[in-house]
Amino acid sequence: MKVLVCISCVPDTTSKISFIENETEFDNSGVQYIINPNDEFGLTRAIWMKQKQSCEVHAICVGGINTDPILRKVLAIGADQAFRVDSNPMDANQVAREISGFVNGKEYNLIIAGRESIDYNGGMVPGMIATLINANYVSNCVSLEVSQLNFKATRETDGGKEEISGTLPLVIGGQKGLVEESDLIIPNMRGIMMSRKKPLTVIEPKFQKSQTKTVKYEKLPPKGEVKLINPENINDLIDLLHNEAKVI
Amino acid sequence: MAIVVYLETENGNFKKSALEVSSYGRKLADQTKTNLHGIAFNSSDPHKIQKYGVEKLINIKTDHVFDARIYSDLLCKNFKELEGTIFITGSSADSRYIFPIVSIYLDAGYATNVIEFPTTISPLVLKRSAFTNKGFVFTELTTNNKIIGILNNSFGIFESERKLEVKDYIPKSLESNVRVESITEDEEKISIADAEIVVSGGRGLKGPENWSLLEDLAKTLGAATACSKPVSDMGWRPHSEHVGQTGKPVASNLYIAIGVSGAIQHLAGINASKCKVVINNDPEAPFFKAADYGVVGDAFEVVPKLIDGLKKFKSR
Repeated sequence: MKVLVCISCVPDTTSKISFIENETEFDNSGVQYIINPNDEFGLTRAIWMKQKQSCEVHAICVGGINTDPILRKVLAIGADQAFRVDSNPMDANQVAREISGFVNGKEYNLIIAGRESIDYNGGMVPGMIATLINANYVSNCVSLEVSQLNFKATRETDGGKEEISGTLPLVIGGQKGLVEESDLIIPNMRGIMMSRKKPLTVIEPKFQKSQTKTVKYEKLPPKGEVKLINPENINDLIDLLHNEAKVI
Repeated sequence: MAIVVYLETENGNFKKSALEVSSYGRKLADQTKTNLHGIAFNSSDPHKIQKYGVEKLINIKTDHVFDARIYSDLLCKNFKELEGTIFITGSSADSRYIFPIVSIYLDAGYATNVIEFPTTISPLVLKRSAFTNKGFVFTELTTNNKIIGILNNSFGIFESERKLEVKDYIPKSLESNVRVESITEDEEKISIADAEIVVSGGRGLKGPENWSLLEDLAKTLGAATACSKPVSDMGWRPHSEHVGQTGKPVASNLYIAIGVSGAIQHLAGINASKCKVVINNDPEAPFFKAADYGVVGDAFEVVPKLIDGLKKFKSR
């Protein structure tokens, strides 16, 4: 079985989000990049499959050379091979088309992407890939079992859960629940040493077209001071919520 | 040429988000001098939507269980039938499941998490929440067909009645590639995604046995209940209640955090909420920096008083 994990490289959660060039570019300076958390849950699930079901795990990222350290980390965590489509990601459609183009003819049984990236929060890439390659698709995937030909997956809905079964190939938009945070693999020295010998192949982009354009960015408006309410006068809070905030 | 809204239903009734999506579509149709049409699945009272400005509604009648591929297919067929160019949808889990597929079928640029009316209409530029609520992006859709996914509670509901024509559409035999084995509904009556008010508890509540306090408050307010990551990790509450960066996103009008310290991942997930209240006995808790209103005090004393006060307020 062959599994492909799609990796997005995103600013660390604690990064300060700011913009330059008259608010038209994201300010990279001092920003630490990480594996998108939703992708990392999926990657860990794939590594478990490798350990238990002897499958091959590949990873792919659409990104510039600056994403190589992230892909090395993915290899250190346990992926067998990594591919980087050498293009700055333009939008979800372009990323999905690059990945679908790569997948074409390679017989991946399972493609795991994160539910959404924590930077642009689009949540579109896995559904778009599934549609482009005509594979089954499960979004918000919180559990997954696959056998040689079939899958059983659980999707989180707004009001509960839905268990779906079908045949491979399958694309999922994964999230926490596939594995727990405590299951995430921290690469050990052996993994890091081995990752240096594993292949990281750079591929030329084939689809340099986007459907959207980022016009500009905007920071959050500065937040006012919190209004403190004396716990003895809790009715003041009700008053403020009703008359000032107008939310009750 | 028309603007088409996808009107989600639940047990035959339009969801609140459907009214919001219609209101948004109506304003856009007025400004672009086009018609506003809608597509719904299994609406039992389709005329309810005319108050919000829809002129023609295709009501797809099927007893087929929700299937993203089939629903996408039917939506696209009817979008074309209605000669749509802009498709507007909400941000439920189902619509986020469907619309990436629709986007490929229609070759349409798609912007999710849109939080206000278009900044400009030609070109179509949309303000979106991004960086997990830590910033905004203005995205231009450059394709002929376009999809706008608006965040719940971001635009509001406005009445603007139009004459409505309803057409039933009964699809021919539908074949699904997947099988829905089971559907489990959460016990909570109000889902976090649809809620206007969310009441959330953290480790400060000391144990699952104390959750009745939070549930009472939620009941008084008609709110959904949620929890922080440590609480779901420790198994005090189900994972489906976990809100934050890796949990469910929250975009309510009011978010009340009780005994939640306010880790950055938690704040990122709930920051789209309009008004945030924190109740915590630790005045140094980071949540106080993110909140609009704060009460420094023991939740076990403050919350019962708050419930009493709210009950009196509601009966006023």
